[in-house]
Amino acid sequence: MKLLLVFPIIIPLITAAALFLAWRWRQVQRGLGVCGMAVLLGMDLKLLESVYNKGIQAVQIGSWPAPYGITLVVDLFSAIMVVLAGLMGLAVALYSLVTMDAQRESFGYYPLLQILLMGVNGAFLTGDIFNLYVWFEVMLMASFVLLALGGTKPQMEGAIKYVTLNLMSSALFLAAVGILYGMVGTLNMADLSRKLSNVGEPGLVMTLAMMFLVAFGIKSAVFPLFFWLPASYHTPPVAISAIFAGLLTKVGVYALIRVFTLLFVQNVAYTHTLILVIAGFTMVTGVLGAMAQMEFRRILSFHIISQIGYMVMGLGLFTPLALAGSVFYIIHHIIVKTNLFLMSGVVFRLCGSFELKKLGGVYRSHPLAAVLFLIPALSLAGLPPLSGFFAKLILVKAGLETERYFIVIVALGVSLLTLFSMVKIWTEAFWKSRPLSDRDSELQMSWRSNNSIGSLLFPVTILAVLTVAIGLAAGPVFNLSIRAAGQLLDSGDYIQAVLGERP
Amino acid sequence: MEVILAFVTGGLYAAGLYLMMRRSIVKLIIGLALLSHAANLLIFTAGGLTRAKAPLIPEGVLEPETPFADPLPQALILTAIVISFGVLAFAVVLVNRAYHTVGTDDLDEMKATDT
Repeated sequence: MKLLLVFPIIIPLITAAALFLAWRWRQVQRGLGVCGMAVLLGMDLKLLESVYNKGIQAVQIGSWPAPYGITLVVDLFSAIMVVLAGLMGLAVALYSLVTMDAQRESFGYYPLLQILLMGVNGAFLTGDIFNLYVWFEVMLMASFVLLALGGTKPQMEGAIKYVTLNLMSSALFLAAVGILYGMVGTLNMADLSRKLSNVGEPGLVMTLAMMFLVAFGIKSAVFPLFFWLPASYHTPPVAISAIFAGLLTKVGVYALIRVFTLLFVQNVAYTHTLILVIAGFTMVTGVLGAMAQMEFRRILSFHIISQIGYMVMGLGLFTPLALAGSVFYIIHHIIVKTNLFLMSGVVFRLCGSFELKKLGGVYRSHPLAAVLFLIPALSLAGLPPLSGFFAKLILVKAGLETERYFIVIVALGVSLLTLFSMVKIWTEAFWKSRPLSDRDSELQMSWRSNNSIGSLLFPVTILAVLTVAIGLAAGPVFNLSIRAAGQLLDSGDYIQAVLGERP
Repeated sequence: MEVILAFVTGGLYAAGLYLMMRRSIVKLIIGLALLSHAANLLIFTAGGLTRAKAPLIPEGVLEPETPFADPLPQALILTAIVISFGVLAFAVVLVNRAYHTVGTDDLDEMKATDT
């Protein structure tokens, strides 16, 4: 059903409008926020099922025929991303029911979360490159406000850096879209895919490809454009950190994959080798940065960067298996990263700090929470039978098949260093005993008095169970990924769905 | 004409980026504004310049008389102006709030969250 494609954008919009109308009633906002997320997730799953059974689908907004109007296209990759966005939205909404302070809730936290999801879904579903810019801006605007909401000093400093670098990236994206239109005469991505190979100026096309690489590279936090991420992601409340970590950089990676599999495939030897080199540097600098940190969320922020390197590595290798590895990695990483950030909030609830030196003893007092941290942590490092192992296995195998041995060595080495980081957090925060200090007596009292983390652990448990499930049922997930990769590499189906004729 | 506009766009980009690298947060905002103006002018120039031929269809005819100015880059620029207007309004308030919270307008001092 064609209307199904519009639902992931319309549902958060209607929910956000309803939440704005209920501005004064915080309890209504809380209930409606979670219900809206649940409805969104349901529609997203129906969309995925529809694409799985019927292939790529497209709908022309306002019935203006493509390529003159704006198209919403969904292929398997987009559908998977939309489902993951809905899932993370629901998990974070459930988590923030317990943790979000009343002040932030009264000043529009729930409607902002819905608008963020609307922008994210719009970016995943659009088939028009300028519309992609618009949805990026919607998502960015909501993220600016969410980052600054509350007005604490670290939030303000982080927000200035985040806003500046992302606005620069938007200006570069806009300029690239302008030049692309001037050169080719169309903005529809399917039409661009047909026409870009016939443009008589390959040098200019390559320049545009580099501009898009930098613009989306800033958004996906690759080397050397990632420095806004560790400066800002650890400043807002944990629920907001978690949704940012899970979604925002992955929208950048989605845009990179879409643009470099659909549009700029004329000179693969140059562009994708460059992307591979960038991926290698990203992996290494991310994990080295994480090793130098001693604060829970800063370590996790650097790990986001390092794992983005893996996803971009799959794009750089540019074979069906490699892209399937990228898709699998994105699925695995969104769930694991959000889960890790939520767990950092649980530890904060229990011990009162994010500094590793001040934490300790969580395993002794709350063993279930410790295990729920261990599952995503080991999955991130890549231990079987969790999802991270299979994701890295597919990428390594793709690298070996294309005889890019150096990047495989880098990927495996970084994996070892990731394990070191996770074990460091485990030892410092969970395994060792609580360090003694002057104000210890009152802190110990509040620590022992059963801080209600039970309801917090509910979304964490769901995500941990998903991580284990993806690991144990890696076969079906891999089949889904390889089908998505096939659709990405062969743009004939995409162009036919949008324009109605084969290229 | 394109050459002159190209130089103007380049000058705006240069001024915007230079201002963004200054120490004061107010100059940062002005630099961001100039950057978005430069991007808009770039879309305008890249879309093709046509002198004095608006894309309007006269009475009783089915098509405008060629050559006419391309309306699509104008729509892109309009959208971009509106988006950057909203974002810059937010950025100005953010900078004001940051000044009051952090206590300084010197960007070199705001490094507590950096690694």
